[in-house]
Amino acid sequence: MNAGHDALRTFRDNLRQVPGRLAATAFRTGAPRTDRSRSTFVFGNVFLHLHSVRTHRWSLRWATTAGLGIATLAAFFITLITGVLLMFYYKPYPEAAYLSMKDIHFVVPTGRFIRNIHRWAANAMVVTVILHMARAFYTAAYRAPREFNWLIGMALLAVTLGLSFTGYLLPWDQLAYWAITIGANIAQSPREVTDALGITETFDPGGLQRLLLLGSDTVGEEALIRFYLLHVMLLPLVAAALMAVHFWRIRKDGGLAKPADVDRRLAPDAGAHPLFTDAPQKTYHLAAIVRGRSPAVGRGPEHTVPSMPHLFYAELAVFMLTVFVCTALAIVSDAPLKEVANPLVPENPAKAPWYFLGLQELVAFSAFMGGIGIPAVVLIGLGLIPFLDREEAGTGEWFGGPGGWPLVRRAAVLGLAAAVGVEAFIIRFGWLREWFPGIPQLVITAVNPGTVLTAIYAAYSLWLVRRFNSTRAGALGLFTCFLGGFLVLTVVGTYFRGPNWHFFWSPADWPVH
Amino acid sequence: MTVSPRPAQSRLDPEAVPRRDVLGLLSLWSMASALLVATLGALRLPRAAVLPSPSKTFRVTIPETLPAGEPFVPPGRSVALFRDGEGIHAISIVCTHLGCIIKATAGGFECPCHGSKFASDGAVTGGPAPAPLPWRQVTVNGNAVIVDEETSVPAGTKVQA
Ligand code: HEM
Ligand code: FES
Repeated sequence: MNAGHDALRTFRDNLRQVPGRLAATAFRTGAPRTDRSRSTFVFGNVFLHLHSVRTHRWSLRWATTAGLGIATLAAFFITLITGVLLMFYYKPYPEAAYLSMKDIHFVVPTGRFIRNIHRWAANAMVVTVILHMARAFYTAAYRAPREFNWLIGMALLAVTLGLSFTGYLLPWDQLAYWAITIGANIAQSPREVTDALGITETFDPGGLQRLLLLGSDTVGEEALIRFYLLHVMLLPLVAAALMAVHFWRIRKDGGLAKPADVDRRLAPDAGAHPLFTDAPQKTYHLAAIVRGRSPAVGRGPEHTVPSMPHLFYAELAVFMLTVFVCTALAIVSDAPLKEVANPLVPENPAKAPWYFLGLQELVAFSAFMGGIGIPAVVLIGLGLIPFLDREEAGTGEWFGGPGGWPLVRRAAVLGLAAAVGVEAFIIRFGWLREWFPGIPQLVITAVNPGTVLTAIYAAYSLWLVRRFNSTRAGALGLFTCFLGGFLVLTVVGTYFRGPNWHFFWSPADWPVH
Repeated sequence: MTVSPRPAQSRLDPEAVPRRDVLGLLSLWSMASALLVATLGALRLPRAAVLPSPSKTFRVTIPETLPAGEPFVPPGRSVALFRDGEGIHAISIVCTHLGCIIKATAGGFECPCHGSKFASDGAVTGGPAPAPLPWRQVTVNGNAVIVDEETSVPAGTKVQA
């Protein structure tokens, strides 16, 4: 035997083992078969280790989260992938933008399908993020130590709406153009107040906001490139960074919120999942440390199961369900594309994306109150909740807290009824300017359907705080009322408003123009 | 110079960061000030110094046949011209509510977006518009009329041909 022969054989063996060795260096801990390798599988992976290595069985119940957070994330991933594909053909320049959308719709292979999925996933993301916020609110999951994560969530809500809004302009059709014109003028609406006070010359935050948004005094090429940049770069990056923090904090805050007596509520595990198949290692413990309210010394993690596979498979199921829903909708329903934008002829009616139509309903009385004042009050209120509600009863339970489900049910009825009542009133009788044509604008800015509704809700909520002697009860009532009001205004704005923003029972009654 | 950090209280407390570490302080403060200056500078960028829109002053000839009190909207412009016995005037047709282009008629103006109504002199008569429609500056030069869409004049200012 000569040495050269040996070397050749070694070479051949090494070559044969390349795939196996590559896999072994990428996934250093081997297949996730034992408890130990399942935990190293999680914390040895840069993406997966945002999760805890073990998950509490309470968090895995469908009723705890309804999978809404993951569904939001799934919708985000879908828009990310389809969005990158659309960028191959989209040209962010006024007329060219419209033509490229037409190409995508009619010429590009699978272009229409990809665009439809993108549009549907974007809508799905808005729906699920609102429902997810409602879930976190109703289970009182915002309470200590999760206040900060609630705030991160609010930032994510704003970014999600921003992504949708900036995307709305990109097709450069009539719908897009006039929705953004109205949106930009809402940004300018603080002028309603500064004008009335006569200080716009020296202090003009509204004009500045609009100028920064549009980069010009009309919606034109400058505005399009700004919206494009925000839509495909800045906002997705911000969203991704915030999401990483959001998920990381869930683990650092001790997993999802749970009732204090959670261990008693869960049926004892029937031994389906062996808890420890080999001796836990020190590193395993480090990665599993979480902050809790009571010391867990001497207690095993009785009600936790390995995240791999229990949590990951559940997440995958939600993910695939989201993909399925978006794809199915994309097959049956096309994203709209109207005529090319025409700055001289407004679309009539000019409607914003559906989730802003509730605001548009309010804007039809006072641009400033409906577009900036009330949304700001709502956001500040949402941000303050975790710091005002320092109670403990009901954490981790649906509609937990004093009053509970019966309170929420009554608040829902009241919230819906008040909104329907106010809408019916203004549709039938009009509002201040119809009765007193000379009335100063500041009066209408202060007293309009939006502020009246807000005042009713706030009064009811204050009464609840006294009645139940609990901030949580007031918060439950207020949140439910606003959700009901949002629903009513959105439905009216979407289905019952036609040309000149007049009320119509159905689009079939719209005058021909 | 000697750096003497406070001794750690116990085995578990880390040593305090030395407060007079010149190099460390220098990098910290240079970073803070660079960030501040860069941010302030970058914040000025999105605010355009020159607006990229076409000139707002234009010359137009009003059709001879235009009846008194009827509006004439020059193509591509957002202002309505009127001519009557007292002279010529121009009223903006951009809604003061949220910027839709308003339909001008002899009797007044109506906005398609949220139903604001204006009298023939631009005063608000209904709907959400917070302010009257501004009148624009008109100068007459022989046969041609020069309109400046950026300069407002008091309502009622009419210019004799
Ligand atoms: C892009 C938007 C968002 C994504 C992708 C997201 C994702 C998630 C995920 C995956 C979870 C784990 C539990 C679950 O699935 O429900 C979660 C938890 C949580 N989220 Fe979000 N979220 C978003 C927006 C929000 C918003 C708008 C809020 C509220 C203002 C919020 C507040 C919370 C809170 C408080 C928790 C902890 C819940 C608990 O401990 O039970 N998130 N989020
Ligand atoms: S834009 Fe004219 S009424 Fe709203």
